[in-house]
Amino acid sequence: MSFAEPIGQVGSGAALELTNVSKLFGALAAISDVSLSVRPGERRAVLGSNGAGKTTLFNCVTGDFLPTTGTIRLFGEDVTAFPAYERIRRGLRRTYQISLLFGGLTVSDNVYLACRGVSRGRFSLLRPRKGDALAAQTEELIDAVRLTPVRDTKVAELSYGQQRQLEIALALAGAPRFILFDEPAAGLSPTERGELVKILTGLPDHIGFIIIEHDMDVALRVAESVTMMHNGRVFKEGKPEEIEEDPEVQELYLGGGHE
Amino acid sequence: MSLAERRVEREPTAIDRIPAPVWALAAILLTMPAYANDFILFQVMGWTFILGTIALSLMFLAGYGGMVSLIQMTVAGLAGYMVALFGNSGIESLSLFLPWYVYIPLAIVIAAIFGTIVGALAVRTEGIYTIMITLAIASAFFYFSRQNYSIFNGYTGFNLVIPPDLFGVDWRQPVAFYYLSGGVALLAYLAVVYVSRSPFGLALQGVRDNPRRMAALGFNVTAHRIAAYTFAAVIAAFGGILLVWQNSQISPGTSGIPAVIDILVIAVVGGIGRPIGPFIGALIYVLLRTFSPDVLTALDLSGERFKTVIGLGFLIIVFWSPDGVLGLWDKWRAARDKAEDPLRRRAK
Repeated sequence: MSFAEPIGQVGSGAALELTNVSKLFGALAAISDVSLSVRPGERRAVLGSNGAGKTTLFNCVTGDFLPTTGTIRLFGEDVTAFPAYERIRRGLRRTYQISLLFGGLTVSDNVYLACRGVSRGRFSLLRPRKGDALAAQTEELIDAVRLTPVRDTKVAELSYGQQRQLEIALALAGAPRFILFDEPAAGLSPTERGELVKILTGLPDHIGFIIIEHDMDVALRVAESVTMMHNGRVFKEGKPEEIEEDPEVQELYLGGGHE
Repeated sequence: MSLAERRVEREPTAIDRIPAPVWALAAILLTMPAYANDFILFQVMGWTFILGTIALSLMFLAGYGGMVSLIQMTVAGLAGYMVALFGNSGIESLSLFLPWYVYIPLAIVIAAIFGTIVGALAVRTEGIYTIMITLAIASAFFYFSRQNYSIFNGYTGFNLVIPPDLFGVDWRQPVAFYYLSGGVALLAYLAVVYVSRSPFGLALQGVRDNPRRMAALGFNVTAHRIAAYTFAAVIAAFGGILLVWQNSQISPGTSGIPAVIDILVIAVVGGIGRPIGPFIGALIYVLLRTFSPDVLTALDLSGERFKTVIGLGFLIIVFWSPDGVLGLWDKWRAARDKAEDPLRRRAK
């Protein structure tokens, strides 16, 4: 099956389905008429130059902004008008390009909050007891992103790479079903990138994701399909190798004759 | 950095972790009735505990929630009014003379509901607008209580509001009132410290640092902020009930604009970073308020000028340390730690 198939035929089994989504900022269309469908468990890369509307797309999906027009379906449910927290509670997660962490709290408090956000007892006035299920989950996640040595350090004191790892831990809290990664590799060293690829490819099969990534190397190693965006529109969809070899994409994204 | 070392330090039990100065403070406060006179116990310490408790509720909202609310004194005033209305007062035509186990919870619940409603309005705004909207509601309450005679008894308010004769103790006796107000202040303080590390308290601090991210973690940010107002209102209500008992009367001026501003001054002077700040601020305020007229008169100045002294004190502290007295304390500790051997910081 080709990934460029019209959305209507992909059916309602999609994990995430956008139909004609537009977002206007005043007269400026950050994204226009974007239709996109991602299967459960699918790993999709969204590529495009700066200003192509990739992050706006994420913000519309998570509910940080409401789209101007169009509908967004998450696992078949229309969530277009839902507040962000309702979408998160349905298994959607995201990471942010710029670090949006709780600098004044420790690593374990940050991860604990993420676990608590998608479970009961968000308003509990009682401190968690030792051996609390969420506390165990918190430790597991900290371990999964290799931050155990700094678990009691305030996040503001972490290195940039560690903060990026923490971002991922927050996105993995609870039972994620679909994750949006916004440039997770930006600013990472080659070693850290290798770690990141390992974390991403090591995710359980049922967790699908969309990754925005400028580093083609990372993007094409973790994704099974690619959506190219340009000027707020979907420009091309296909398998990584198709996209890589597409002359139009090369022209546009790689500035024509790249080496 | 010695990360491992720091972690080991955290292991001992809660009792072990209480530093020596806290034990000393506890000893002084517990034994104070043995050597302090009634005026110090009732007027100075009692008032400090009460104002500290009300300012603590502001510290909770501002320090953990990032919301500067000027409604806390009004919430306290409302609780005081409700005690006078449902309980006993000299205004026999209005007071309902219900038993204490009815009117105290009732006053707290009504104050909490009021605080919640104000919170629901205020959380739609941020920063200076939160200050403005809560100030507007506070002044509306002041004028309403002054004009309304069917509930608030207008300009005069209620007099002869005295605490119930629980356990055969007259709670307006200086020593009894000292322990009562100190006990309530201590409980409020411990409650805030405890809740700050609960899921709700942590989430509130998350909302303060980064509301957008909190929503992206599945938290309903608005609901959390409103719930913080409810919690703060309960604490302020306890302060308000003690206040009406201490004064044995309540009138519109109890929660007038100057009183509202005083709570803000107390919290800021003490420091809103930690729950002990408001109590430090309250002690400074009460000492200045109580003794500056005497000092001024001794200096051949008009005793009426005490507000100038308070204002100057406020200015000096905020000028030297925007984080209040707590900020000064932290600076001093940082300087002392630096002066020590850098390799063996915290020799303990």
